[in-house]
Amino acid sequence: MAFDYSQTLVVMPAFNEQESVASVVREVQQKLPGIAVLVVDDGSSDATTKVAIEAGALVATLPFNLGVGGAMRTGFRFAVENGFSNVIQIDSDGQHDPQSVPSLLEALERADLVLGARFAGEGDYRVRGPRAWAMRFLSVVLSGITRTKLSDTTSGYRASGPSAVALFAAQYPAEYLGDTIEALVLASRAGLVISQVPVAMRPRAGGVPSHNPIRSAAYLGRAMLALVFALMRPVSANDAMVRP
Amino acid sequence: MTSYVLGIVASALSLVVVIELLRRRHLRERHAIWWFIAGLLALLVGIFPSVLTWAAALVGVAVPTNLIFFVSIAILFFVCLQHSSEVTRLENNARTLAEIIAIHELHLRQLDERLKASGVDRTADSDQ
Repeated sequence: MAFDYSQTLVVMPAFNEQESVASVVREVQQKLPGIAVLVVDDGSSDATTKVAIEAGALVATLPFNLGVGGAMRTGFRFAVENGFSNVIQIDSDGQHDPQSVPSLLEALERADLVLGARFAGEGDYRVRGPRAWAMRFLSVVLSGITRTKLSDTTSGYRASGPSAVALFAAQYPAEYLGDTIEALVLASRAGLVISQVPVAMRPRAGGVPSHNPIRSAAYLGRAMLALVFALMRPVSANDAMVRP
Repeated sequence: MTSYVLGIVASALSLVVVIELLRRRHLRERHAIWWFIAGLLALLVGIFPSVLTWAAALVGVAVPTNLIFFVSIAILFFVCLQHSSEVTRLENNARTLAEIIAIHELHLRQLDERLKASGVDRTADSDQ
C-alpha cells in the first residue's frame, strides 16, 4: 500500500455513536496509516465528542443536530480551509470497511466524485421490498442524469476530489436525502465526473435496517420529492465556476 | 351605526399598533408592509362603505362582504408564505453559523494543545 494519504481527509458524521465511533476511528487509522480523520459530532447528546477525541480523531462538534448534510458540509469546509484535496465520507457506525478507501482514491484519479456502491458485486448487502424498488428507481433516474451507471445512489460511502470538495464546501444540500440525491444532481450539473466502485458492506453494529412498508413508501416519496426539487432548482452562478 | 363605528375603531387600532411596533423597531418594514396595507384598506372601507360596494361590482363579486373575506385570506396567505420563507432563511443562517462554530472550536482545541505542548500554560478559562 504505497498510497499517500496526506492530501485526504476522512469525514465521519456521527450522531450519538459513542459505542462505535472509537473503534471505527482506530480501524481507519490502522488500515490507512497517516490519514487525517475528522469526526463531525452532529449535536449528539452522548459522549461521542469525548470518545472520538480520545481515539485520536479531529472532532468538530456541532451545537445542534443538522443532519448528515450539515455535518458533511462542515467536513468539506474544514477540508478547504486546511488544504485537503480529497474528502472521503465514512459512516461512524462501522458499516463501511476502510479497506475500500484505496480503490475509491484510485477511481478518484479519473473522476471528481466516486460512490462506494453496495450492490455492485462485492459483499452480501441486500435490501428487499419497496425500499429496494425505491433505490432501483433512483439509480435508474440518477444514472440518466449523471450519464454514468450508478447502482447505489444513496450510499454514504463516497470520495470527493478537489473540484467536488470546492463545490460541496460552498453548497452541500442539508435536507433529508439531499446529501445523497441532490448532491449527485448538483455535481453533475457542475460538470463533475461521477463514477462508482464496488465496496463491501458490513452489517450495522447496532440497529436493523427498516423494512416497514409504510416507512419505505415515505422514503420513496421523500426521495422523489428531493429529486424533483433538485432538478427544478435554478442553476446558481457558482455551479459552473468551480471546475478549474 | 354602531357597527360602522366598530369597523373604524378596529381598523384604526390595528394601524396604531402596527405603526407603534414599527416606531419602536419591534417590526421590520418588510414584515409590516402587509399589515399596514390591510389596516389601511380596512380603515378606508370602514369610513366609506360605498368603496367596498363599488370595488365588489368592479370585480364582479355579488356579495360585497365576500370581497372582504377574499382579500383578507389572500393577505394572510402571503404573510404566512413570507414567514415560511424567512424561517428557511434563518435556518440556513443558523446552520452556517453552527458549522463555522464547530470548526472554530476545533481550531481552539488544537491551539490549546499546541500551547500546552510548548509549555505555555493558559491560565485563563479553558474552552470547555
